Amino acid sequence: MFLNNSGSPSVELSSYRDQHFKGSRAEQEKLLKQSTTLYVGNLSFYTTEEQIYELFSKCGDIKRIIMGLDKYKKTPCGFCFLEYYTRADAENSMRYVNGTRLDDRIIRIDWDAGFVEGRQFGRGKTGGQVRDEYRADFDAGRGGYGKLMQQKLGPSEIGGGFPR
Amino acid sequence: MNALDRLGKKRRKVSENQDIEDRLGKLIIEVGEKNTNLESNLEGLASVLEGDLGTFRAKVLRILTECAIKIPEKCTIYSTLVGLLNSKNYNFGGEFVEHMVRNLKDNLKSCNWNSARYCLRFLADLVNCHVISANSLLALFDNLLDAVKEEGVPMVRKDWYAYAVLSCLPWVGRELYEKKEHELNMLLTTIEVYLNKRSKKHLAVLRVWATDNPHPQEEYLECLWAQINKLRQDNWTENHILRPYLAFDSILCEALQHNIPAIIPPPHHPSYKYPMPWVVFRMFDYTDCPEVSLGPILPGAHAIERYLIEEHLHQIIELYHYERKECSQQLMNFPYKLNIPLEYCVIEVIFAELLSLPSPRYIEIFYSSLLLELCKLKPYSIPQVLAQATEMFFFRLENMNVACFDRLVTWFSYHLSNFKFSFAWDDWEASVKFHPEHPQPKFIREVLLKTMRLSYHQRICDMVPKSYASLLPEKPEVNYKYNIENSNIIEGVQYAQTLTTAIRQKNSDEQIINILKDISNPLLMEASGDVEPRFNPLQISVFVQTLLFLGAKSFTHSFVAINRYYEVLKWLAESEEAQLCVLRSIFELWRTHQQMLVVLIDKLLKNQILDCSSVANWIFSKEMSSEFTKLYIWEILCLTINKMSKHVNRLTKELSEMREKVGHTTGSSDSEDEEPQVKSEEKVTEEMVERMEEKLESAQGDQKNLFLIIFQRFIMILSEHLVRCDTDGISHDNYWYKWTIGRLQQVFLAHHDQVQKYSSTLETLLFTQDLDPHILEVFHQFLSLRG
Repeated sequence: MFLNNSGSPSVELSSYRDQHFKGSRAEQEKLLKQSTTLYVGNLSFYTTEEQIYELFSKCGDIKRIIMGLDKYKKTPCGFCFLEYYTRADAENSMRYVNGTRLDDRIIRIDWDAGFVEGRQFGRGKTGGQVRDEYRADFDAGRGGYGKLMQQKLGPSEIGGGFPR
Repeated sequence: MNALDRLGKKRRKVSENQDIEDRLGKLIIEVGEKNTNLESNLEGLASVLEGDLGTFRAKVLRILTECAIKIPEKCTIYSTLVGLLNSKNYNFGGEFVEHMVRNLKDNLKSCNWNSARYCLRFLADLVNCHVISANSLLALFDNLLDAVKEEGVPMVRKDWYAYAVLSCLPWVGRELYEKKEHELNMLLTTIEVYLNKRSKKHLAVLRVWATDNPHPQEEYLECLWAQINKLRQDNWTENHILRPYLAFDSILCEALQHNIPAIIPPPHHPSYKYPMPWVVFRMFDYTDCPEVSLGPILPGAHAIERYLIEEHLHQIIELYHYERKECSQQLMNFPYKLNIPLEYCVIEVIFAELLSLPSPRYIEIFYSSLLLELCKLKPYSIPQVLAQATEMFFFRLENMNVACFDRLVTWFSYHLSNFKFSFAWDDWEASVKFHPEHPQPKFIREVLLKTMRLSYHQRICDMVPKSYASLLPEKPEVNYKYNIENSNIIEGVQYAQTLTTAIRQKNSDEQIINILKDISNPLLMEASGDVEPRFNPLQISVFVQTLLFLGAKSFTHSFVAINRYYEVLKWLAESEEAQLCVLRSIFELWRTHQQMLVVLIDKLLKNQILDCSSVANWIFSKEMSSEFTKLYIWEILCLTINKMSKHVNRLTKELSEMREKVGHTTGSSDSEDEEPQVKSEEKVTEEMVERMEEKLESAQGDQKNLFLIIFQRFIMILSEHLVRCDTDGISHDNYWYKWTIGRLQQVFLAHHDQVQKYSSTLETLLFTQDLDPHILEVFHQFLSLRG
């Protein structure tokens, strides 16, 4: 057939590959292409599971949500995994929710090869996500300045965010 | 040259051919897309293709046919191309016509209604290009219209054939009028006679607004008929459609025409599913758009241009609905954008789909995200029109269909969440003082509840003016009554404390059950003599509330708790009365947190601790009457019905897959010592199929029972209300009645595919002639959908 909509750009794999994945690149890609699990990033530390549920239920029945946690503090650190029962529902999220706002922030969604115990923890040195170690901007929803910046600036500039 | 060389040469030749084929395909698909000289493009392409007809005839035939059907908005471009080819090569023209007719036949047989209609329209347009004779087209139309005279077939079948012929007339009406005016009039008379006879009962149930003020909500065939009639009054002069063939008239009229081989509509088969009727959605007319002098005018409701523009916009949405960015760009690049107030047309078409009954064509969030994309693409025009649309919706809520009301609540709250919830709330301040069940304050209340789910309570309180205080949601909090402070007031606090410790220490199911067995049963005190109560409400309340209180921190915590003590819950919730008690306990605990209630009930249905029928009965119970008109209740009922439907569908699918596999099993099932001859997987035996059939039958029984319960409860409460109003001599038409009858309609409509199966049972058992006509009417409207 000449004209069809399969392989549409919004559901394609991104260039990200999990460095800690146990298996070959080819295996990882195979899993990504069949996956019903999504990675959701750029969340605020204060975004709740309930909010995530409400938004993503619009794309289909959610099987489970796994909040991303700071490795030491065990508090949310701005990402989560979201698993649907079907691939089609996950694709709907990629098509219609990726790049829109949750909790006032533009969220980014990507395919994930599948949740494995341990992957819910941030991989940054100080316990959160790697991106929060190095970033130079001030992000009130993600602990203020990046961790390296905070060390440079000293105690008076640390922090940010508004607990509810 | 050896064999390998020859193979190589052949492969090279094949891949060369493949390249040319691909290039030809690309040329054909893309013709008319760039804003270059269309006529010279068509001329050039026709020459190229004519040259290739020798080698690539089949391929060209196939691509052209596909383009004609799959890119209907370029119908006249491709028909011109075929016209030019026909004038150069008469045989090719004949082959193409045959090919197209065969496609039409196949599409009719396989119920691909849209494709069939585009085929028919293309054939009609070929008359304009002198490829087909007007006579044979008229003969084709006559044959197809025989369907409207058939007896004992669904009305929707006859409707489709009338619609298919009518929708060709904007293209070929003028030509037929010039050459065969008499026959054209006869055709129109046939259609008119049919339209006058047909029932329009379904109009009531498919319209978004119950009133025709300010914009008539017309039944689709009636609307098109009015548009065609206006076109006829204008002598079939139509200025909207691009007609490249006009420039080639001198060449084309020299060509020889073909006759269409005769075809008749494939006879109706009970398995055929015809498109459902619809009501044309209108929310704008030219008075809603900016001053005439400032911009192009929106064509009137009965102008054929309105039909053509809408159809084209819907087609764009169909083609690009997987890519919201591309879709928004294509919509705003609409080829005729300079002639119309494009933003108004686009927004009207999008809401037409979002509010479409019984359900939107695509998932609701697609339309939400498309509107967001349009706001980004055209930040100086779209948001203003959208704001205007929102205001219009709000002030016309009173007559709006209940399902559409729900969808607007969902859309609006989600839309706001992408714009920091900023909105001119003051504009709607007057509604705050209306009766709480009036649609306007209800809309605000439900929107605030939904926006709260996407943010948090304080945020919502802060975003609205102080005057909105009475519409604000309660703060969602867990309400646990078995606190130690309540030990003197509430019975069971002691047990709750014991259970709390036991659960925290991760006691086993057995240990928990033993604790529960010690709880005295309040029903025993009331019971007379030997009647053993079938459940212990105190047991249930204490356990369920304590367990869920311990898991109150998040959904996941509650799910973990439920999974952990699944056996205990199963043991407790054995009977329907026990399950009702479970539901009551959950409701008591989480009354202010609607989202939690929805999610918990969904979970308990999923792991079958609760039966669908219990949830249905709970919703209609006296205790829940104060919640009855709130949206989340219908969210719960809807998900309950859907779960049952999904279950039945899954079993149906599994059964048919199993039946196929049985057919392929080569081994006989007589001898047990035989090696299974079917590779790996499962060997499907007749016995397995029988067991699956039983499972399916049982599930369908449950489904029928669920619908019976729901409809019966509706009938009971509505009848009660009608009788009471009659006795008291007051009008029955209060807000509660409007919402409730609307919900009954909604259940019929939203699940009509499933309910259909049980129509005769419903008619015999519940919707009998002695029922109040108001209630019976809803049932008859539902029946008319597929009649």
